[in-house]
Amino acid sequence: MIGIEHYVVVSSILFVLGVLGIFLNRKNVIVILMAIELILLAVNINLVAFSAFLQDLTGQIFAMFVLTVAAGEAAIGLAILVIYFRGRGTIAVDDVNRMKG
Amino acid sequence: MIQTIAFYLFATLVIASGAITILARNPVHSVLWLILAFFNAAGLMVLVGAEFIAMLLVIVYVGAVAVLFLFVVMMLDIDFAELRAGFVRNFPLGMLVALVLLAEIVLGIGAYRAGALQLGTPDGSAATGIGVSNIEAIGALLYGRYLFLFEAAGIILLVAMIGAIVLTHRQRGDTRGQNISRQIARRPGDATINARPEVGKGVTL
Repeated sequence: MIGIEHYVVVSSILFVLGVLGIFLNRKNVIVILMAIELILLAVNINLVAFSAFLQDLTGQIFAMFVLTVAAGEAAIGLAILVIYFRGRGTIAVDDVNRMKG
Repeated sequence: MIQTIAFYLFATLVIASGAITILARNPVHSVLWLILAFFNAAGLMVLVGAEFIAMLLVIVYVGAVAVLFLFVVMMLDIDFAELRAGFVRNFPLGMLVALVLLAEIVLGIGAYRAGALQLGTPDGSAATGIGVSNIEAIGALLYGRYLFLFEAAGIILLVAMIGAIVLTHRQRGDTRGQNISRQIARRPGDATINARPEVGKGVTL
């Protein structure tokens, strides 16, 4: 029998994978952005699972808002990445702090 | 029974493709595995009856975000081997952080199984009615109780869109753009001349 615990375990493993991805690919911003998407996906799975468990649709509504923010974040992040690459010719984020001008 | 099999299938696939996403050598492969992860997460959501969010996940992520990622990965000409230089060096620290996080979450789940905290019960105002589909119930909530939040989400998307355009837009000197005010100010009298050439003149052969 599948219970809420199973969903929480899956989403927590996915969350940890996202955090691990940020640490492992410290130089590659594209993979870091994808890892952030994984983290947000884990949050969404959690919200939807608890929404079904508690018979309360608010969780699904909030999953939609998380989705909105994730889409906006991906767009802005990739735009910053594109202009960073245009100016520097690489996307290594080791020396991103030079971006503060 | 079939639900159990489906759950374990989706769960295994979502975790495996998430792992390959962060470990793949080639970012294009990473994006493709990310798409698989989102598909399987959508399957997990369908299993609990949240079909609207599941479809939204497929449309928004596979249709928009993943394509955006693919576009950027393929547009930028990057030496990815160089970017992976710190992978082995960062591995122990990353594993440590991941294990600490996982241990905390497992501890939380174990504590929950021993006896859940009672944080009040849902008042039923956001429950799905009998015989109402998921989409209908979400629509009623979204355009009723959460209307202002919904509008705020729209504004966030608008700001993100304008921000992305402003960030990546650049003025290039070597292109001939459209000068709209000049176009509108142009009158027929400036543009055409009534000439009366003599016979045999007026054309150059």
